Amino acid sequence: MFHALVAVKQVPDTTNIRIDPETGNLVREGVPAIFNPYDAHALAAAVEWKRKLGGKVTVVSMGPPSFIVTLREAIEMGADEAYLVSDRKFAGADTLATSYVLAETIRRLNEQDPVDMIFFGKQAIDGDTAQVGPGVATRLDLPILTYAVKIRDIDLEARKAIVERKTERWVEVVELPLPVMLTCDKEIAEIPFAPLPDLIRSLKYDPEVWTMAGPVEFDRGQVGVRGSPTIVYKMGTPELPEPGEKINTREVGVEAAVREALAKAESAGVLSAVLGGAK
Amino acid sequence: MSTRRFWVFIEQEEGHIHPVSWELLGVANKLAADVRDEATAEGDEVVVEGVLLGEGVESLAQEAIYHGANRIYLLDGPVFKYYRTRPYSKSIAKLVKKYEPEVFLIGATTLGRDLAGAIATASHTGLTADCTQLEMGEVKGAKHKLLLATRPAFGGNIMATIVCRKHRPQMASVRPRVFPMPERNPAAQGDIIREPVMVTEDDAMATILEIIRNEGENVNLEYADIIVSGGRGMGSPDGFALIKELADELGGVVGASRPCVDAGWIGYEHQVGQSGKTVRPKLYIAAGISGALQHKVGMQGSDFIIAINNDPNAPIFEVADVGIIGDLYEVIPEMLKQIRAKKEAQA
Ligand SMILES: Cc1cc2nc3c(=O)[nH]c(=O)nc-3n(C[C@H](O)[C@H](O)[C@H](O)COP(=O)(O)OP(=O)(O)OC[C@H]3O[C@@H](n4cnc5c(N)ncnc54)[C@H](O)[C@@H]3O)c2cc1C
Ligand SMILES: Nc1ncnc2c1ncn2[C@@H]1O[C@H](COP(=O)(O)O)[C@@H](O)[C@H]1O
Repeated sequence: MFHALVAVKQVPDTTNIRIDPETGNLVREGVPAIFNPYDAHALAAAVEWKRKLGGKVTVVSMGPPSFIVTLREAIEMGADEAYLVSDRKFAGADTLATSYVLAETIRRLNEQDPVDMIFFGKQAIDGDTAQVGPGVATRLDLPILTYAVKIRDIDLEARKAIVERKTERWVEVVELPLPVMLTCDKEIAEIPFAPLPDLIRSLKYDPEVWTMAGPVEFDRGQVGVRGSPTIVYKMGTPELPEPGEKINTREVGVEAAVREALAKAESAGVLSAVLGGAK
Repeated sequence: MSTRRFWVFIEQEEGHIHPVSWELLGVANKLAADVRDEATAEGDEVVVEGVLLGEGVESLAQEAIYHGANRIYLLDGPVFKYYRTRPYSKSIAKLVKKYEPEVFLIGATTLGRDLAGAIATASHTGLTADCTQLEMGEVKGAKHKLLLATRPAFGGNIMATIVCRKHRPQMASVRPRVFPMPERNPAAQGDIIREPVMVTEDDAMATILEIIRNEGENVNLEYADIIVSGGRGMGSPDGFALIKELADELGGVVGASRPCVDAGWIGYEHQVGQSGKTVRPKLYIAAGISGALQHKVGMQGSDFIIAINNDPNAPIFEVADVGIIGDLYEVIPEMLKQIRAKKEAQA
């Protein structure tokens, strides 16, 4: 039996974030919360392999109670069990503190029911840090493959998996022992339509909620703000450079506008490779 | 007297240095300069050091010295031939423990991101991802200057400055092309310290069975000197034929804004911006791109920007050196014509 564990996060849909032009403040109202897209694909891969090999998929998330929606969505997508690790004391966690809570939770879930493969998204789109996965693997001393794009094989008998990883330069085909952690890119699996029974089950599903009170014994000094070595020191709006000159084709004509623009580029020396030295 | 160490991870694959390593040596020298007075007053020494892993890569260590490292720690052995998280991160975490650097900079490449998260966790310290500004500055309550690591947050709408008060090293990852390339100085001198390799093949827990190389052309957007980018204003994917024609004529490469990539008009490797590539060409031509913040953060470091947009109020004009208000389907053909004429006049 295959036991896959997937870490999922709810994120604000950053494509909808905007700044109030009057106040310069972030407009938070109406920004929808979504399932971190990479995590959805990671979950789809876990479910796909569960269907192939038989077994179960457990989903875990650290966050406020509003994350329950996301965990229900995970059930709808084919997860069997979901856990929410949630406590006020976890608030303000940076990646080090987040990886601590997730690692300790996964350690505990593994004691209940040994895990073969842990799936993470390659990054969460709210911060794009891609640090939590490698952090958790380091804490659990597990082998890890980041930027996984394809699972070729999982062999539960021989306790190994063969996975493809995409880097900037090439694709690596890597063999890893189980248990192993993958951080997944979108290509890892297509998100399937939810079968009706999963959909129905998800509507009423309540994830198990774990807190500072247990069952995991968290070290108070390693969670939330206290466990976070980094702090936001200040926030500001980006500086704007001095704008350059505008030439209107409607006033001077296309030919003259282009001539003037090219002349400026030439005198700045940026066309020298194309046209020879600046004049 | 103590030594304040500013570290840079020197990234290489198959003997090819990732140029971000040199860019980081450049910033590390700037950070070291920020604390030099403070250090001199206290009788401390400030050094910029590189960490280099690989197999048979000693000559690269020398290159790193030419690009600004005072000293290189070299871990050379077959277990480091290809990057794998465990041998690299465990070895470097040991070095961090041994030498206690104050600051550690790593390129935000696929390799560097993987490594940085693992080292920071093993060293139990803070890591700020994708920084766009770095300086050593005074922070209330801190005895020494701290690393002020600034990065875009909330889709680039806000710049957040992050500090790591107590834990060391203060780690940051930086994307390629955010900082300029330093001069290579072949007269520079430095030490190469060979460190013992303490990990074995068994510790790797990952065997690379095969490497599949891209057959097609690799788009090297980040290091291109000339980029011609198209945006949604082209109205259809066919616009890229014109963009490509201009890029080819200029010996440049094609860039794109995100909506074009999302719509499948062109591949992701062409995307410029916050969730694409940061570029720093000599010439950047933006056609039919409105100039959203997320696009601008990826290209405003270009030496010279020409924007073509039919909306006189498009924000792209705020960062352009020259803005042409007009229809790109009239302007680009005219540009092609004039450039060809100039080339001919020269031949
Ligand atoms: C978290 C996050 C990350 C993002 N990352 C990126 C990123 O990496 N890169 C990126 O580019 N975007 C990114 N975006 C999206 C960004 O906010 C903008 O939506 C996007 O850059 C707009 O693309 P555009 O300028 O091509 O399209 P539009 O904003 O639609 O602009 C089209 C422009 O073309 C002009 N135009 C129309 N017809 C013509 C014509 N015939 N001739 C000349 N001009 C014409 C119009 O006046 C208009 O200004 C990101 C957004 C978020 C929230
Ligand atoms: N609070 C969280 N709860 C569960 N999983 C998380 C959480 N934060 C991050 N992750 C996982 O770690 C991945 C990388 O996140 P990040 O390092 O924040 O980019 C995500 O794709 C998730 O799989």
